[in-house]
Amino acid sequence: MPDQLLFAMEVTLNGLMAGVLYALVALGFVLIFKASGIFNYAQGVMALFAALTLVGIMDGQVPFAHLINAVFGTDIHHFGWHVPALLAIFLTMVVMVALAWAVQRFIFRHLVNQEPILLFMATIGLAFVMEGVGDIMWGADIKKLDVGLPQGINEWIDITTFEAFGYGFFIDNLDISATIVAIILVAALIAFSQYTKQGRALRAVADDHQAALSVGISLNFIWILVWSIAGFVALVAGIMWGAKSGVQFSLSLIALKALPVLMLGGFTSIPGAIIGGLIIGVGEKLFEFLIGPMVGGATENWFAYVLALLFLVFRPQGLFGEKIIERV
Amino acid sequence: MKLLSMTVAAVMAASPVMADLVFPSLSYRTGPYAANGIPFADGYEDYFTLLNERDGGIGGVPVRVIECETGYNAEKGIECYEATKGEGALVYQPLSTATTYQMIPKATADGIPVHSMGYGRTSAKNGAVFSNIFNYPANYWDGASHAINHILDVNGGDISGKKIALVYHNSAYGKEPIRTLEELSKKHGYELMPVAVDHPGQEQKSQWLQIRQQRPDYVLMWGWGVMNQVAIQEAANIRYNMENFIGIWWSGSENDVLPAGAGADGYKALTFHNIGRDYPLYDDLQKYVVDAGKAAGAGDQVGTVLYNRGMYAAMLAAEAAKTAQELSGNADITPAEMRAGMEALEMTEAKMAALGLPNFGPEFKVSCENHGGNGLGAVKQWDASAGEWSLITGYEASDQDVIGPLVEEDSAAFAAESGITPSC
Repeated sequence: MPDQLLFAMEVTLNGLMAGVLYALVALGFVLIFKASGIFNYAQGVMALFAALTLVGIMDGQVPFAHLINAVFGTDIHHFGWHVPALLAIFLTMVVMVALAWAVQRFIFRHLVNQEPILLFMATIGLAFVMEGVGDIMWGADIKKLDVGLPQGINEWIDITTFEAFGYGFFIDNLDISATIVAIILVAALIAFSQYTKQGRALRAVADDHQAALSVGISLNFIWILVWSIAGFVALVAGIMWGAKSGVQFSLSLIALKALPVLMLGGFTSIPGAIIGGLIIGVGEKLFEFLIGPMVGGATENWFAYVLALLFLVFRPQGLFGEKIIERV
Repeated sequence: MKLLSMTVAAVMAASPVMADLVFPSLSYRTGPYAANGIPFADGYEDYFTLLNERDGGIGGVPVRVIECETGYNAEKGIECYEATKGEGALVYQPLSTATTYQMIPKATADGIPVHSMGYGRTSAKNGAVFSNIFNYPANYWDGASHAINHILDVNGGDISGKKIALVYHNSAYGKEPIRTLEELSKKHGYELMPVAVDHPGQEQKSQWLQIRQQRPDYVLMWGWGVMNQVAIQEAANIRYNMENFIGIWWSGSENDVLPAGAGADGYKALTFHNIGRDYPLYDDLQKYVVDAGKAAGAGDQVGTVLYNRGMYAAMLAAEAAKTAQELSGNADITPAEMRAGMEALEMTEAKMAALGLPNFGPEFKVSCENHGGNGLGAVKQWDASAGEWSLITGYEASDQDVIGPLVEEDSAAFAAESGITPSC
């Protein structure tokens, strides 16, 4: 098989894996938008905040240590213990649920029935507040995140493809883990929304707020629930991306990778987020591989948006979004 | 009487208060590049705090550091410049190539010097054109040459036919070394393979697959922020030989290698100053600044690569201010006198040792024609098990036969487009 074809196959596989990582971020946006009509600008910062909290808990870091030391003249930084990854993930989820409650109680409860643009603005404010609080709480240094996920080339794929084609494909073990986690996550989300009372209530709210209220569903509870689930999705995305680059403030920029995925897959569809992620992942990687060298490279950031815009022109609601019907 | 009072008040309002020597710090403690901006800003401020606490300032005049947050954003950097220049700012250190580019015409018109230490517009080395811009002790083109010289050294002086990739931040900063590397490739016969990475560099799978497929013999990196950590992790993932992976000095801090753990072992980076905190000056920093509770940060960054660089930048600024005081006979110097002091700066080993920093940086001399110093640089290597950098070469010269004409060419173009008549 020609080298270029083999390389293209390797790039395509890696594009699919990258797409899964993008989809993980996009899922959080979809969940909140579907249930409340809010485009949550803070989703990327939620991933950062969750990852910071996870590392902080695992390392036994004292939250707000700088502030405490400055106010009380103390010199404390660590509790002196190390929390196992699974327990730390559970504790981080507790924090994310508390955050969901606080967001609902102190922000969105006061903005019910406001224009979508105001809700969007509120999430921009929330993003900056969370970034600042995350900084004061855990510090701005880069933290190594190790929850035991394997990283580096997958030997089996490398050897198998080498034996088959004479060229070993590179697939990162972390990307394989992310794919497995994403599959489990999506299956769990679908099962939750189909087979649990809360899940059905969530779907009812997503379909029609007023109707859901009229049958006794608590909007307050549902919104806390959906922000908590989005917090969990953010934590998963934060773990995967944080394991690649260390946990640092640029993690919040992964939201930029989710936007074209949402434009393509639709803002209201979980399968759309996954398929959109895969199309963007493969599209941008193949474009970079085939066209990048001719135009100086670094095409991925903008090409993802070109792809998304093309879909927008022909299908404004995205691949799986709800069809836009305006009645006059 | 009323008119006299108003006139005095107007004069006082118009005149900057000259009771301090003002050194603005255009820092970035927030945003995606904060992890690098914080230690540099801490080092910069802590050194001036030390001078105030231990020596009563510079030449008896207290130093005032005005910190302004830029978020590593060029527009904000310029806003900070405009907001602080009226305070009597003596020199600006933008810590951003993009900000430096925008600051060059403004600072030149305002008569305020800019020190872009190891970054910024490389051809600013030509002081006859860039009267107010300084980039000593080394610049990007020196760095490119240092990297190639090191590769030449480990290959017995012959790298013809080798393939050398440049993984670079797709920005003014990242593109700076390309021209030099192209010229050096003509001289040494290697093939240059530029690989661009878009801001911020969180996702680099395509670039490293390309490197895995093309198998370059060496990879150079011009990165900053998260781009560095991801690149080093991806290089480890594809099992690229870290001995053959060399970063510029902005891709060689602890922040860049620690997230990759053992995978980063053997990674090399360039530097124009020494590493660690085993210098007498650090005892004073601990005593007068950190232990006294006057540190800019938590004190946990002291001795890290970027803290040292910030401290070194402040030390060079302070030494230039001392030179300016000696030249002008004024303790309370003006920006113009500071500029003259920078232009007359000479850093000798004896002076560094007297400051408590023996062997910390190379000797260099600035002149009207040469605002870039001697361009010496060294190579350091990361030992992941020990968790520390170590210098593996001495400070060596860059290839001025190649760089000199490039500096001339680029600065001449700038002079032509800006209507500057070169003069010294």
